[in-house]
Amino acid sequence: MIVTTLIAGLVLGGTYALVAMGLTLQYGISRIMNLAYGETIIAASFLAYVLSSSLGINPLVSLLVAAPLGFAFSYMIYAIMLRPLVARSKTAMSLEIDSILATFGLLFVIQGVMLVFFGGNYISYSYMNFGVDILGASVAANRLLALVLALAIGGGLYLLLTRTLWGTALRAVAVAPSSAPLVGIDANRAVRLAFALGGALAACGGVVISMYQTFTATSGVVFTMKALIVVIMGGVGNLLGALSAGLILGLVETFVATYVSPGLTLAAVYLIFLGILLWRPSGLFGKARR
Amino acid sequence: MTTWHKRARSALGLSAILLFSVGGVSAIAQERTSVKIGYAVSKTGPNAGGAGITTIPNYVLWAKEVKDAGGLELPDGKRLPVEIIEYDDRSSAEEVVRATERLATQDKVDFIFAPWGTGFNLAVAPLFDRFGYPQLAVSAVTDKAPEFVKRWKKSFWLLGGGHDYTEALAGVLKQAKAAGTINGKIAMISVADGFGIDLVTAARPSFKKAGLEVTYDVTYPAGTTDFTPMINEAAKGGADTFVAFSYPPETFAITQQAQVAKFNPKVMYLGVGTGFPIYGKNNGANAEGIMSLGGIDPKNEANTAYRKRHEEVTGKAPDLWGSVITYASLQMLQEAIKRKGLDREAVSKELSTGTFKAVLGETKLENNQLRTLWFGGQWQNGQFVAIAPVDRPGAAKPILPKPVWQAK
Repeated sequence: MIVTTLIAGLVLGGTYALVAMGLTLQYGISRIMNLAYGETIIAASFLAYVLSSSLGINPLVSLLVAAPLGFAFSYMIYAIMLRPLVARSKTAMSLEIDSILATFGLLFVIQGVMLVFFGGNYISYSYMNFGVDILGASVAANRLLALVLALAIGGGLYLLLTRTLWGTALRAVAVAPSSAPLVGIDANRAVRLAFALGGALAACGGVVISMYQTFTATSGVVFTMKALIVVIMGGVGNLLGALSAGLILGLVETFVATYVSPGLTLAAVYLIFLGILLWRPSGLFGKARR
Repeated sequence: MTTWHKRARSALGLSAILLFSVGGVSAIAQERTSVKIGYAVSKTGPNAGGAGITTIPNYVLWAKEVKDAGGLELPDGKRLPVEIIEYDDRSSAEEVVRATERLATQDKVDFIFAPWGTGFNLAVAPLFDRFGYPQLAVSAVTDKAPEFVKRWKKSFWLLGGGHDYTEALAGVLKQAKAAGTINGKIAMISVADGFGIDLVTAARPSFKKAGLEVTYDVTYPAGTTDFTPMINEAAKGGADTFVAFSYPPETFAITQQAQVAKFNPKVMYLGVGTGFPIYGKNNGANAEGIMSLGGIDPKNEANTAYRKRHEEVTGKAPDLWGSVITYASLQMLQEAIKRKGLDREAVSKELSTGTFKAVLGETKLENNQLRTLWFGGQWQNGQFVAIAPVDRPGAAKPILPKPVWQAK
C-alpha cells in the first residue's frame, strides 16, 4: 500500500516539476518573474488539443512542434518586450518589479487572444490514458510520461548547465550578471536564450498536461502559482531544486490525501512550503545571495 | 367678457396641456422601437466554463430566434426588435452586482436575464427585487428556494435544490439494493465548495433515510487534479457505489483515473460535467452506465428539436441538465411578455401563475419554482437519459451494474 502511495505521489510530483522547471530558468537566470508563464503552458495545451482533435495529430508529435514554437515565442517576447526593461533597470529589484508588471499585462493579452479563439469553455481530451503497472501500482501512462519528461529534461539540462561551456556561461550570468561580460560572456544573449528555453519547457509541459488535465483559457494562473511555489521551494534558478521540490509536493499531497484527509492537501502543501523556507530561506538548493 | 376671455384662455391652456401630454405619450410610444434586454454573465474567469455551456449559448439562441421571427411579440400583436446588452462579470460576484445595477439604472433595460451560478444568482437577487425585475434563476441549485421566494417576490428558481437530487439518487440506490444488485454501501467524495457542500450535506440524511451506509466520506479542495489516493481508498472499504459531487474538471479527471485504476464500482455517480455532450464524446463506450444530475427524456420531441436548433445556431450541443431549462425559462418570459406586455409587475405575476407551453411540455411553476424536473440521469447508448425520480413517467430504467471499463 505504501509503495502504491509513493509511486502515485512521485507521478503527481512529476507534473509539478515539469511545470516548474521552465519558470526556474526564466526567473533564476533571466531574472524575469514571468507572470504570463502559465499562459504559455495553456497556449501549448490548446495547440496540442487543436492538432489532435481537428487534424488527428498525435500529441507526442505536437510536443516536437510546441517546443520550438514556445522557444521562438519566448525569444521574441524577451527581445521585443523585456529587453528594454532590462536595459533601463539599474538594480535587480527594479527589474523584478518592472518585469512583474509587464508580464502581468502580457498574461491578459495571451489570455484574451485565447478567449477570442476558444471561448471560456472547458477543454479536455484524453490521450495515453491507460494503466501502466509499476510495482503493483497502476499508473496512468500520460502522467508517467510527465514524470519521465521531467526527469529527462531536468537531468539533461542539469548536465548541460554544469558540464558545458555554454552552461557555465549561463550560470555565470545567473550568479553575477554585471561581472559576466568582463570574462567575455554575451550576457544579453545568454539571458535571452535562457528565457526562450524556459518558454520551450513551458510548452512541453502544456502539451503533456493537456493529455490528462481539463483546462480553460483562463486556467494558466493556477499553473503559474504552483510553479512559483515549486521554484521558490527548490531554490530560484536551480533545476534539480525544482525537480525535487516538485516531487516532494506530489508526495506530500498524495500521502496526506491517503492517510490524513484529501481536504488537507492544500494546507499540507503550504505547511511544507513554510517549513522549508524557515529552515532554508533561499530554498532547498538555493544559495544565500549577498 | 373678461371671464369669457379667462375661460377661453384656461380652456386653451388645458387643451394645450392635454394635447401636449397626448403628444408626449405618442412620442414615447413612437420612441419604443425596440425592447432592451440585458444580462451579466461570466464570459471569462473560473465560471466561464459552466456559463459558456449552460447559459450563454441559450441566450444567444433565443435572441437569434426572436430576431428571425421578426421581433418580440407584444399583446397587440406588434413585434419589436430586441436589443441585447451583455456584460462580462469576469466570474466576480462584485462585478455581477455592479453590472446588474448598471443594466437597471443606466441602460434602463426592460428585462434582465439571470447570471450563471447559485452564488451569483443570490448576489443579484436583492437588486432584481429592488428594481422590480423578474429573476428567472436557472443555474442555481438551492434548497432554500421557498424562503427566497418569500423574500424576493419576483424571483423564480428553476433547477431544484440539492435535497431533490440526493433524494432522487437515494431512490435509485434503494431500488437497486432491494433488487440485490448493490450492497448498499457508498463511498462518497465531494468538492469543498458551494455545490459539493450543498449536495453532500443533503446526501447524508437522504442516504441514511434510504437505509444506505456511507463507508467513505471525504471532501477535497477545488482544483484537485489527482484522485488516485481517493479512488484507492474508496475501493478498499467494500462499497460498490461511488458518488462524487464534483466540478467539471474533476469529473473528467475522476473518470479517467478510475479507468487507469481499474476501479469498477457497480454504481458510479459523478457531478457537474457528466451531462456535458463532450463527456459522452470523450469517453465513448466508457461513459455507459455513469450517472449524474439532470438527464433528458429522449422521447420528448420538442427537446430533440431544441437540441438540433441549439447545435445549428451555436455550433455546439447543449448540456443535458440545465441548458434546456435555461431555454425554457426564456420561452416562458417571451410568452408572458406576449400576454402582458412590457409591464414587469404583470409579467412576473403571469410567470408565477400562468401555464406555459415550453420545450419541457406544459410548464407551470409551483410557488415560483419549477418542480417537474429530472433529478438523475445515466449515460445509456450514447445518450444521457433521465432515470430519476424513479416514479416520474418517462423515466428510463437504470442500467445496473455499470459495465466495466473497456480498454481503449
